[in-house]
Amino acid sequence: MERYQITIINRDAVFSCKAGQSLLGGVVSQRQKAIDVGCRGGGCGVCKIRIISGDYESKKMSIKHVSADELAEGLALSCRIFPNSDMVIEALD
Amino acid sequence: MRKGVMRPGHIQIRVLDIEEALKHYRDLIGLIEVDRDDVGRVYLKGWTEVDKFSIVLREADEPGMDFVSYKVIDNAALDRLEQDLRDYGAEVTEIPAGELKGCGRRIRFKAPTGHNLELFAEKEQTGKWGLTDRNPEAWPRNLTGMRATRFDHCLLYGDDLEGNVKLFTEVLGFDLAEQVLDPEGNKAAVFFSCSSKAHDVAFIGHPEKDKFHHASFWLDNWQDVLRAADLISMTDTPLDIGPTRHGLTHGQTIYFFDPSGNRSEVFCGGDYHYPDHPTVTWDTGELGKAIFYHTREINERFLTVLT
Repeated sequence: MERYQITIINRDAVFSCKAGQSLLGGVVSQRQKAIDVGCRGGGCGVCKIRIISGDYESKKMSIKHVSADELAEGLALSCRIFPNSDMVIEALD
Repeated sequence: MRKGVMRPGHIQIRVLDIEEALKHYRDLIGLIEVDRDDVGRVYLKGWTEVDKFSIVLREADEPGMDFVSYKVIDNAALDRLEQDLRDYGAEVTEIPAGELKGCGRRIRFKAPTGHNLELFAEKEQTGKWGLTDRNPEAWPRNLTGMRATRFDHCLLYGDDLEGNVKLFTEVLGFDLAEQVLDPEGNKAAVFFSCSSKAHDVAFIGHPEKDKFHHASFWLDNWQDVLRAADLISMTDTPLDIGPTRHGLTHGQTIYFFDPSGNRSEVFCGGDYHYPDHPTVTWDTGELGKAIFYHTREINERFLTVLT
């Protein structure tokens, strides 16, 4: 199965995601703590990141935590981002 | 003093995708889908509930709770409560009968914690699902998932708990069954009952208004809670915590998330409450045990992850 390498630039962390797995799912499956884990459904805003590069698909997330403008700028909730290539992201607090 | 509020009637929950939400509430928790309306809302209930529905799902861009409604004994009590709310200073909105299919006139008002609350007296009664009310069998045989029996209560987060105590106890006639106090005597959590249940609604103090922590569904016993835990794993559903027991209410419980990040609970057991019972108090110094009786450790996610 295809695996993509994900680099979190501000955490000095690298992990991998299987095709079809969310960024946050990849973090959790490798027992990493680089991104905080919340509801895992795009609702609580805890796992917010900035996408620096890479191809991905996204699922709907709460507009309260990621506005349409923010989404266009590459902000997202990592539980709703599904990589289609290697990616570089930044964890947000 | 009781004023005719009987029980939680229904809760309307916002979800990001209605069909994904149905896989959670209908197929996993095992609620019965009973109706849909022309604005796309889906109505569900636990199989033991006599009224037509208790859960309404609405697709939206932001998950959370739209409102929670309590059923009162009759229209006279509803009229008295409406006047009492106006005298107390609440801004009361009338929602006409039929706005929710099968539900009578509702009155809506805001809690000091910012939540939309409602009262109503009439709802179509379709009976326990799959059973008759004459010589009924013990349970219907074609239930799914966790086979949750009813919507039991919700837990909400907001800022003005003292204001909610005044509203719920003095105006709506609930009892303060249980509370958490800090060393200065300030309230950190309040649990209200309008029945003989340990809680019909609960609030935890939080700086932001109008936050939703969870909707809770009743199971019959601990084995059913463990079976729910198995189903959570089988379906790869995000787990929050459990199976475990709470100190507060002493319920046996498991928490998990719907596909939009709203938290769900299924639970069984725990305490009961009568109107003459004194308020049970937990100290914030014992908060770990109050929330999770076995590990006695506070889980940061349980306190801070909200919709």
